Amino acid sequence: MAILDKHRVLEKNVTLLAIFAFLVVTIGGIVQIAPLFWLENTIEDVDGMRPYTPLELAGRDIYVREGCYVCHSQMIRPMRDEVERYGHYSLAAESKYDHPFQWGSKRTGPDLARVGGRYSDDWHVDHFRNPQSVVPESVMPKYSFLERQVIDGKYVADNLKAHRFVGVPYTDEMIENAQVDFAAQADPDSDFDGLLDRYGDNVNVRNFDGQPGISEMDALISYMQMLGTLVDFSTFEHSGTR
Amino acid sequence: MAKQPEKKKDDVETTGHSWDGIEEYNNPLPKWWVWVFYATIIWGIGYTIAYPAWPGINQATSGLLNWSTRANVAEEIETFAERNAPKNTALEEVELASFVEETDTELYAYARSSGAAVYQTWCAQCHGSGAAGGVGYPNLQDDDWLWGGTIEDIHTTIRVGVRNPDTDEDYLRVSEMPAFGADELLEEEQVEQVVNYVMSMSGEPKDASLVEAGQEVYLDNCAACHGDDGQGDTFQGAPNLADAIWLYGGDYASIRETVWNSRNGVMPQWQDRLTEAQMRAVATYVHQLGGGE
Repeated sequence: MAILDKHRVLEKNVTLLAIFAFLVVTIGGIVQIAPLFWLENTIEDVDGMRPYTPLELAGRDIYVREGCYVCHSQMIRPMRDEVERYGHYSLAAESKYDHPFQWGSKRTGPDLARVGGRYSDDWHVDHFRNPQSVVPESVMPKYSFLERQVIDGKYVADNLKAHRFVGVPYTDEMIENAQVDFAAQADPDSDFDGLLDRYGDNVNVRNFDGQPGISEMDALISYMQMLGTLVDFSTFEHSGTR
Repeated sequence: MAKQPEKKKDDVETTGHSWDGIEEYNNPLPKWWVWVFYATIIWGIGYTIAYPAWPGINQATSGLLNWSTRANVAEEIETFAERNAPKNTALEEVELASFVEETDTELYAYARSSGAAVYQTWCAQCHGSGAAGGVGYPNLQDDDWLWGGTIEDIHTTIRVGVRNPDTDEDYLRVSEMPAFGADELLEEEQVEQVVNYVMSMSGEPKDASLVEAGQEVYLDNCAACHGDDGQGDTFQGAPNLADAIWLYGGDYASIRETVWNSRNGVMPQWQDRLTEAQMRAVATYVHQLGGGE
């Protein structure tokens, strides 16, 4: 065949082969990468999403560090049984500030996409200390060390900056006040008006673990308690090709 | 050079390549395989026309079938909601108190069994799959009720939660026991006395000599909520102290901790997550577990 005979030219000239191989890989790359520049189109326009507060972001880092995503997903699929058990199916908008996202791929434990507000703070403390004390059939390990790890949020502003670098809309004011906001959210007796001004009213300000000081337990529970609670679903209507 | 291999009888064409005398046959692919391969290509094209597939600048093509996962799940939920609608409507309208007397109706059976499903999904993580509760999570099998044990009371508790931090109805199911020790409302000695008195109400105190003094502390500080004889008050969620049922433990150390730091357990509200029919069903289920009033 004529075209295969021409191919012989490429096979016998290494520079030409390299140039053509590069061209082919480029086309493949463009097909995969170009749509990412229009990624905004795949994210629904919904009310209520805000960036994570510094304390929640620290909690999220602990979630990632402990590998929670290995056993827990954060992705309620659009199927009736999942919606009945976990709540409204997850939207792309709900993970738009996640770097990296925590959708997970396996459920040894339940999905956590809407765990916020589902349990009391005390329950989370009991459960992290000893999961079997509240759910005897659970196979989750104990995380009691979290409440003994005191954190001061010294580097949390850098964390916000890194997230801003990849597109999370943290303002200069949020970054400047990161450590203040970090401490305020875990202390209901503090002046947390600034925190609410910056992040909106949908922020839980509580002493999450019930102990003085800010521990990793506080941060992780603050993250747990806001998961899936931001979007106002009364204004959401599904549409399009999804 | 190696010996030339014998040619096959039917002389299959070779590719013409030869390495050290090894030649490569150029056998054609089986016909059935080739046709299946072409068929998958044609099917693939048809598929991308029928279903959402090709990405565009603003959105992907929607496909001739207008298939949508989200529309499908909404429709499926709607189908089941419609199927249960007559029962759910009846459940929303029924006088819950009537369930105490009339337990042989179809509606009651529906409420109880669908309530059991709701319970196992949303309530079992705290109150236990058998509803026996645990330390800090009330037992729902007994007849001791913090906020009342009629079906309506249980329904209200489920709806608004207890000391739920997000509540808009803070006149319901909200109360706060002071931390008598931590907030220095009582002396350490007085706390010891009152703990012994509280223990004596339902059992043996740790130090019987303190009971009398403890009673005085109790009447001055605790009786307003827990009652003169410790029978509690379901209007403010004050537990009955005269029975031997303890939410946080009835030993000296546990009661002292309760008096010193107070407890103030929290239950989430369910009105945002469950439908009215679901809340009524699970209230009915919990009510019939054993101790409903």
